[in-house]
Amino acid sequence: MSATIDTHDHEDHEVHHHKETFVTKYIFSLDHKMIAKQYLVTGTLMGIIGILMSIMFRMQIAWPSEPNVLFEALLGKWAPDGVMSADVYLALVTIHGTIMVFFVLTAGLSGTFSNLLIPLQIGARDMASGFLNMVSYWLFFISCIIMVSSLFVEAGPAAAGWTIYPPLSALPMASGGSGMGMTLWLISMAIFIASSLIGSLNYIVTVINLRTKGMSMTRLPLTIWAFFVTAIIGVVSFPVLLSAALLLIMDRSFGTSFFLSDIFIQGEVLHYQGGSPVLFEHLFWFLGHPEVYIVILPAMGLVSEIMASNSRKPIFGYRAMIASILAIAFLSTIVWGHHMFVSGMNPFLGSVFTFTTLLIAIPSAVKAFNWITTIWKGNLQMNPAMLFSIGFVSTFITGGLTGIILGDSALDINVHDTYFVIAHFHLVMGISALYGMFAGIYHWYPKMFGRMMNKNLGYLHFWITAICAYGVFFPMHFIGMAGLPRRYYTNSSFPLFDDLANTNVIITVFAIIGGIAQIIYLYNFFVSIYYGKKAEQNPWKSTTLEWTTPVEHIHGNWPGALPQVYRWSYDYSKPGHDVDFVPQNVPLKEGEEELQH
Amino acid sequence: MTALLTIIIVLFVAVALWQMVKIFDLAQVGTATNTQVADDQDNKINGYLMMGFLAFIYIMTILCFWYIGDLPLLSNAASEHGSEVDNLMIISLVVIFIVQTITQFLLHYFAFKYKGEKGKKAFFYADNNTLEFIWTIIPVIVLAGLIIYGLFTWNDIMNIDEDEDPMVIELYAQQFNWKARYSGQDNVLGKANVRLIDIDRANILGVDEDDPNAQDDIIVSELHLPVGKPVVFKMRSQDVLHSAYMPHFRAQMNCVPGMVTQFGFTPTVTTEEMRQTPEIVEKVQGINELRRERAAEIQESGQELIYEFDYLLLCNKICGTSHYNMQMKIIVETQEEYDAWIKEQSTFPNSLN
Repeated sequence: MSATIDTHDHEDHEVHHHKETFVTKYIFSLDHKMIAKQYLVTGTLMGIIGILMSIMFRMQIAWPSEPNVLFEALLGKWAPDGVMSADVYLALVTIHGTIMVFFVLTAGLSGTFSNLLIPLQIGARDMASGFLNMVSYWLFFISCIIMVSSLFVEAGPAAAGWTIYPPLSALPMASGGSGMGMTLWLISMAIFIASSLIGSLNYIVTVINLRTKGMSMTRLPLTIWAFFVTAIIGVVSFPVLLSAALLLIMDRSFGTSFFLSDIFIQGEVLHYQGGSPVLFEHLFWFLGHPEVYIVILPAMGLVSEIMASNSRKPIFGYRAMIASILAIAFLSTIVWGHHMFVSGMNPFLGSVFTFTTLLIAIPSAVKAFNWITTIWKGNLQMNPAMLFSIGFVSTFITGGLTGIILGDSALDINVHDTYFVIAHFHLVMGISALYGMFAGIYHWYPKMFGRMMNKNLGYLHFWITAICAYGVFFPMHFIGMAGLPRRYYTNSSFPLFDDLANTNVIITVFAIIGGIAQIIYLYNFFVSIYYGKKAEQNPWKSTTLEWTTPVEHIHGNWPGALPQVYRWSYDYSKPGHDVDFVPQNVPLKEGEEELQH
Repeated sequence: MTALLTIIIVLFVAVALWQMVKIFDLAQVGTATNTQVADDQDNKINGYLMMGFLAFIYIMTILCFWYIGDLPLLSNAASEHGSEVDNLMIISLVVIFIVQTITQFLLHYFAFKYKGEKGKKAFFYADNNTLEFIWTIIPVIVLAGLIIYGLFTWNDIMNIDEDEDPMVIELYAQQFNWKARYSGQDNVLGKANVRLIDIDRANILGVDEDDPNAQDDIIVSELHLPVGKPVVFKMRSQDVLHSAYMPHFRAQMNCVPGMVTQFGFTPTVTTEEMRQTPEIVEKVQGINELRRERAAEIQESGQELIYEFDYLLLCNKICGTSHYNMQMKIIVETQEEYDAWIKEQSTFPNSLN
């Protein structure tokens, strides 16, 4: 492999073409394109589990404690006679959160597109280390297996919320899921973090070292900027979660008291003394908050690229976009305390975190306005990827705006941990990142599989998903402002909330339809692999380097020499050219000036 | 009602689906070379759908405000700082509403207006520092205002003014119920630690029996507060994290094992007065209508059929199986009523076995 990575010389690539077996090609592959597909398929499978879970607990909220065939079929002994128990409900919301945040929107999104696009868009033969890349995927795979296997543990999987605050997560007597289920959760996450770190380091090194001739940092597509900065955030913050997980394992299994103190439970006093659950919250959110940017930044990068290409216009404010990515990345590491305004930490810290948190709105606003200006006076090609990108901007704005309320400590007091929070983060990072991922899949599917996805199914998928996403999460703002707490198995213990029951039914109906609509996508995705229309080399007429590679995947990406780059990646509809796009590897015409960007 | 709504929605979506498929079928006609790349027809249809979607967002916003936005919890706070929080909330919502309406319009309208046509060329427009400056500085100004207002409010809420001599009450959380401990005449809580819990003697809060301050403490499971008197809650938990959430008072604080957290406020409206306010009367009426519809089910569950408004303390931090039902009633009453009530409660030493 190493020989292929010594890139810039003009050696003939064919020399390195080893004979491949099924195992080296499809399973223990070192090729970044195959690893990207592995991430995507694994992430998709995890996503199916996560979404199914959400539909099940939404059904429970809408029709509390009513027998349900779906529960009986899927939950088995945990839903005797088809009635879900409170413990199972909590387990479902916990694992749903864990799977969607980490396994789908971190590994599934970042893993897929960083792997696919970094070498292709910077003009490299492969990742800096193909071997580490493979290790990263297989660690991720193992952590998936462990997480899924925790669903089958006798006392049930982790059920302390995806934030696994101790003492609830530390004491098996406090919650059934805090026994073996939580142990597996922690092990799975520790392996996941290792995978993520190895992957991130690889991305960083690749972007810094392996850019092809002429590909300066200011000529990089915004996708690469986003992946690069995301990887840096990951390297900075994931180890902190690893330490929190290890300390929690110590508390659980070896009797230390990092997070526990003065506990009386089930008739006995435990020996723990001197620890503080608030410490865990700090450690958790030091990752947990950057994590939402780890999820959303790659989506932002994908959307920027897709919007420019489909608008046939340069992305507006390229430099401002990079600056705002950097600003968001920096701020993301100093805002974690806004999750803890009512945790009992010093109110002065609350003031500081309110200040830093609301600052994030500024780069976010810049990005939103730049996207809107990008489509202004464009020649919009409404491919499914473009629809999802526009949808992304829409949900990002809707969800992001309510951050002004949640980031404001005085207001957070009253909506903290209510459905208002659920509405906010699902729109701004859940749905938005998912849209970014869908946009990326529709757009780069021809690159991944050499075939096109069916556009009409894509349109159907988008419009149903778009309506259902708003239908599910928009009303949640209002039931949250009415004071309805999250993670309640049923709201029927509080007559106060009876008038919200109908709204909850409507939300659930939207969720079910939205969930079913994803079958359209899955059908389209898997069937197109075999029966899709054969793709052209550059179906969307984009400028970036990945579209200069052959449709059939080859090791090393380009058959001959690596392409040389002469311009930035957004020369769409540039005056003085006959076509409305000029690929990056086309030299400047005589007298043509490269845009000062 | 619910079933009807569900059916209507399912029907509506089914019709929408059928219509869409129809549109796409029509769009296919005549395109001999199907490349799966959007053509002018696709751009046009989706452009119009974008406008439709904009209408959908607006209508949804209006419907939500109309049907579930009458938020008694937003308009009649029952604590002194509550009205300040509500003002800030309303200002923030107005800002959000304006920005949301404008940006969503621009986004979807542009998607409609500039839908692609063959042969058209987009406007090459890559940069404009003035524009970037404008949409950096506007959020800066708006946010500066919100931050300053927010921080003043926050400091106001969190700084407990000892000069006002607030009444000290302990809120004690355990899986899955609440207890309150009044500090009595001396207004000082007796020392307590979970290691002193003695179930056999009914010392369930682990209060130090030898502490003189503990002798007049009163432990109850229903919270009574005199109206207009500042209180400060000292919060403890014996097992896992809980959160004392009192939405009507705009108050919330986590209860953390191993430490004491606090939150203070002054209740301003008695339970009786609150029940008379038009918003609550209307809300309660609506709830009771819904409850009568499913009377059998409610009576089976052991709840009283007719709902009467009460302030509540809810647990708002996931704490295990019965998290969804960890509540305590709060009664705000006149000083006289409160005095009469507290006199009837037995003090801590008398409550022991």
